[in-house]
Amino acid sequence: MHAAPHDDLRLRGLGPAAMIGGGLVGLAGLAATVGIDGISGSTIFWKSWLFGFMLTQAICLGALFFVILQHATKAGWSVTVRRPAEAIAANLQWTWLLFVPILVLVWSGKGAVLFQWCDAQYMHSDHVLEGKLGYLNPTFWSIRAIVYLGVWALLARFYRSQSIAQDSSGDLSHTMRMQWWAPISIVLYGLTQTFASIDWIMAIQPKWFSTMFGVYWFAVSCTGFFATAIVLLSILRGCGYGAGSFSREHFHDLGKLLFAFGVVFWAYIGYSQYMLIWYANIPIETEWFVPRQLGPWFFVSWILILGHFALPFVLLITRWTKRFRNVLVMIAIWMVAMFIVDVYWLLMPMVPEEALAHAESWAQLQSEVSAGTLDLGWNLSILNFTALIGAFGLLVCGTFFFLGRASLAPTSDPRLSEALAFENF
Amino acid sequence: MSAPTPEPIAMSQSDHASNQVASEPVTDLWGLAAQFTTPAAIYDAASKVRSAGYRWFDCHVPFPVHGLDKAMGVQYTILPVIVFFGGMTGTMLAIFLQVFTNSLELNLWAIVPVVGYQFEVSGKPLISAPAFVPVMFELTVLLSALTTVGGMLFLNKLPCLYHPILKSRKMKRITDDRFVLVIEAADPQFSRSKTEAFLESLDPERIVELEA
Repeated sequence: MHAAPHDDLRLRGLGPAAMIGGGLVGLAGLAATVGIDGISGSTIFWKSWLFGFMLTQAICLGALFFVILQHATKAGWSVTVRRPAEAIAANLQWTWLLFVPILVLVWSGKGAVLFQWCDAQYMHSDHVLEGKLGYLNPTFWSIRAIVYLGVWALLARFYRSQSIAQDSSGDLSHTMRMQWWAPISIVLYGLTQTFASIDWIMAIQPKWFSTMFGVYWFAVSCTGFFATAIVLLSILRGCGYGAGSFSREHFHDLGKLLFAFGVVFWAYIGYSQYMLIWYANIPIETEWFVPRQLGPWFFVSWILILGHFALPFVLLITRWTKRFRNVLVMIAIWMVAMFIVDVYWLLMPMVPEEALAHAESWAQLQSEVSAGTLDLGWNLSILNFTALIGAFGLLVCGTFFFLGRASLAPTSDPRLSEALAFENF
Repeated sequence: MSAPTPEPIAMSQSDHASNQVASEPVTDLWGLAAQFTTPAAIYDAASKVRSAGYRWFDCHVPFPVHGLDKAMGVQYTILPVIVFFGGMTGTMLAIFLQVFTNSLELNLWAIVPVVGYQFEVSGKPLISAPAFVPVMFELTVLLSALTTVGGMLFLNKLPCLYHPILKSRKMKRITDDRFVLVIEAADPQFSRSKTEAFLESLDPERIVELEA
């Protein structure tokens, strides 16, 4: 019945090596982030920390979405690539640790270095902001954060443990249980993911709002996951694992998903958000795009349009690029880089409110930028890179830890044969 | 073309009748059809016909036989490439349409002034790219979809008012339980006697000459 060869489904040397290597690099990255800053509590330190944290969340949440989606749709083709996705999502069981310092910061009273809404005086200075105090206050904000992180950890744990339990028992009831919970989980996922993006990214500028932001963050996390999943599966295949379980056909489909979610859907949502704000031209909405069209951020925005949409669109639209693993993995690595730039672009740019209030024209802002008197939040600090390395190192460590604890494919899944026989037309 | 003699619908009788007709050689030969009774047999026959070097042949089966297209050596379709250019045409058309209608201003023969719809909307320039993108997107999708459907029909050689295989009453069972492989006379390798002998070697249930 089970045609998958079992010998190449257990991580041997690669598991501990990647785990220890990733763990050391990750800890070194985080230690360097803290060490270089000397815990001065500067804005750039906390933004870098949030940058690292949001990178891990985006990739793991994309993985969680993928796993739930497969159960919700009773997908057959994806059974053999589901286990690595489960392993990436399983990191949600510990990544909340990276959030603890941010929680402590908000409660310490110095939260205004990262989230302006922590400054009570500022929040009472404006009518619009006062109206948001019921939502943006430390107590409610913390309760919500704990709910999000708790729901994700539980969902990731549930789907992984059920799937692994089925490996040994071969019991169909595990599949039935996961399928029963999948629609509920998708609703929970959608709500928590949307509100988390509002709380952790949009609230950096408490006055600004965009109703599309949650969907945009969903597109970002899908880009992050599908790109890293292709890289991860390619590494596994390159090291001699899973040759009998996932094939060119599975890479082809992951490539399609990367194209659909990470390129087309991302551009569609990103553009829709931009166009509504551009057309209405209301200062409270445009303040978010102002710094992103000035100075160096102008070029970063164009890098995203061309590198996150135009180039991968042309590269991934043909069939053959998705069917050759070496070509696909190069595009996926590029997309991981673009995903990192995108998260950075979401978090960092910011222009002081006073500067906007006093600006007479766009030309004046531009001249202030060229004179170097306008702070756009452009601060390519070493801390950005150490936080990035730290986050990815720990993610590699965690993922290979979870991969090594179970078979690389759900060997008793009732739809396994469907995945093994899967072929694209 | 004489009117086809009405044949009884019952298969056993029509089989009997076909033997009678087959004795009269078809003058306007379109192709030779070999009829098989199982999917495995036609799969086998298709790969043999392909390796024998025939290119103008087709299989007619009552339901999809998996892998038959590979056995026949059917090439992957060119349709996506056509669709890509169809879509790009849509994008270009949208850009042209909007730039032209928004900013048009010319004098025909220096007498008739022609002005486009130069409406200022919320203080935006007449030619502002962000406002054009939705139409560019929609026209790209529209022309891609139309090219896909139209291209698919065209590549499937539609409109085709009739197909020679449907003209022959002896081929009726391809919609029921028989599998038929047809080598067309247009094939450069086709020769009436040699091809018939070759088809005979594939061990079909019977061989039918098809009239164009």
